Amino acid sequence: MQTKTHINLDPAFRWLTLASGLAVLLLVGSILYTLVMGAMPALKHFGFGFLTSQEWNPAFMEFGALSSVYGTLISTAIGMLIAVPLSLVIALFLVEIAPPAVRRIVGGAIELLAAIPSIIFGMWGLFVFAPFMADYIQPWLASIAPGFPLFQGPPMGIGMLSAGIILALMVLPFITSVTRDVFQMVPAVVKESAYGMGSTTWEVTRKVTIPYGIQGVVGACFLGLGRAIGETMAVTFVIGNRHEISASLFAAGNSIASTLANEFTEASDDLYLAALIELGLVLFGVTLILQWAARWWLRRTARKMGAVR
Amino acid sequence: MDAKSNKLFRTILITLTALILSSGPALAAATINGAGATFPYPVYGQWAWQYNKETGVKLNYQSIGSGGGIRQIKAKTVDFGASDAPLKAAELDEAGLLQFPMIMGGVVPVINVPGIEDGALKLSGTTLANIFLGKISTWNDAAIAKENPGLALPETAITVVYRADGSGTTWIFTNYLSKVSPTWKDSIGNAKAVKWPAGVGGKGNEGVASYVQRIKGSIGYVEYAYALQNKLNYSLLQNQAGNYVAPTSAAFQAAAANADWANAEGFYLVLTDQPGAESWPITGASFILVHKEQAKAATAKEVLTFFDWCYRNGASTAEKLDYVPMPEAVVSLVEKTWMEQIKSAGKPVWP
Repeated sequence: MQTKTHINLDPAFRWLTLASGLAVLLLVGSILYTLVMGAMPALKHFGFGFLTSQEWNPAFMEFGALSSVYGTLISTAIGMLIAVPLSLVIALFLVEIAPPAVRRIVGGAIELLAAIPSIIFGMWGLFVFAPFMADYIQPWLASIAPGFPLFQGPPMGIGMLSAGIILALMVLPFITSVTRDVFQMVPAVVKESAYGMGSTTWEVTRKVTIPYGIQGVVGACFLGLGRAIGETMAVTFVIGNRHEISASLFAAGNSIASTLANEFTEASDDLYLAALIELGLVLFGVTLILQWAARWWLRRTARKMGAVR
Repeated sequence: MDAKSNKLFRTILITLTALILSSGPALAAATINGAGATFPYPVYGQWAWQYNKETGVKLNYQSIGSGGGIRQIKAKTVDFGASDAPLKAAELDEAGLLQFPMIMGGVVPVINVPGIEDGALKLSGTTLANIFLGKISTWNDAAIAKENPGLALPETAITVVYRADGSGTTWIFTNYLSKVSPTWKDSIGNAKAVKWPAGVGGKGNEGVASYVQRIKGSIGYVEYAYALQNKLNYSLLQNQAGNYVAPTSAAFQAAAANADWANAEGFYLVLTDQPGAESWPITGASFILVHKEQAKAATAKEVLTFFDWCYRNGASTAEKLDYVPMPEAVVSLVEKTWMEQIKSAGKPVWP
């Protein structure tokens, strides 16, 4: 005889999680489908040339993504180059060196920074940071490296460099707070044994804390990268919005997201709209490629660092 | 429950029911939905608020941009669309739309040149075009000096500031440059966003205004209201009659008054480079789009009544916000087309 003692919730739970997982795939698939369908007129009209052309001329219906893609990659790269080392140092300071009171205050401030909406960063960038760049930082950079191609042109305060720095400020809190949490999870006993063997703080940091948390750190950088690459409003305000590739970081440029923010509302022609949607598709692709590259790099680094997986 | 509280309860219940019954259909009928241009949004918003106070009719206007407005009215998801640039007659016919001008504004070249005061600089259309083409690159260029004898022009390099976002302002500005410069017409063209040969792009009027304030030696173009509100220095422009005029409400009105509205099919008329001694050369109107065939006569009537109210009672509000109301003669022309062309089940909706 069979008695029912409890209801087995496992199948229900399994279906629920499976459905949620599939929903994510479905969502991504639908977005991709919508983008491809919306971009179809432009895909047909421009073909592969869309990716290699720098031309962006709504008056004559000629569109190319190259300057936007370039601007997206460069501004993100500048942002990450500044934000990643800085975040690591801040996180290490908070975990290894700072007294508890300081840790609490600085930690809270960083989380507060993460909650600031991007439009605020944009306004602040335009009204406060850009004049500061134009009056102090850009003339200084131009004077320490005269003739250096990256720092040419009039110091306008806006442009690729300013956009990159604003991006750095925006992603910094994300990377810092995740990295800090990761470093905090390094078991005290491991660190203490390293100290016990006579290691200095720097040695413990370099040989124990960082290798232990490297995967989490890369994950945090990912999060930052994701935010930086698609960031719209803040970049739009300070990048200068010019469909052109310039060697100088002082010059105005554009990114995919800024082009969309600027031009989507008034694009009444079908081909124009399709070209903008295709830009969105390109951003989708760029993000995907970066993800794969980063994952590959993550695996390689993890192996090299000897982390156990 | 005693009798007293029972009665109170019943009263509340009846009142509530009455409220729900009366407000439901009334609300649905008395909301006008519109979408489109951002440039006239401040004045439409004010008008809607005042109109709602007077009549109880609500206007829900989404300033999502002309492109979105045109799409939405074509898809019939709104009662009217609004566009900063007029649609060509062919496009109107294809979608069965009627277009009429609602409000005007002027586009003003603003400058930040050390040593040159507000309204001191004179520019002809050709010179302005050559500056924006990047052909004239310093303020002491011979072409500028020739038009400004006696003005001490600095050697400063010119930085052009343009609108980065697609906008009706850019459409009007490039329309003017196309009219006065054949080179501009052939190489750059007239659109809401163009391939600018030189300069940097600010987002929105406020973006351009702040860049011009910031960058020494810059020249940009903004809506008249923004030039006033940001206290930017403007330049005088030479109009078709050869006079150098200042951007004022009267100068915009003059441009509109001298325009030939009666012969403009579908009100497709751009007010740039109009004749008249006083006319400001870069004037433009913002347009409203409605369907000629209306499914619901009552809603259509509601929409037209609102616009009629705006024409008749909205002028002072518009002027306070530095917009220019439509001249009387144009209003009667517009209302005549309403009468002739907007129909519901074969019957005219207006008046």
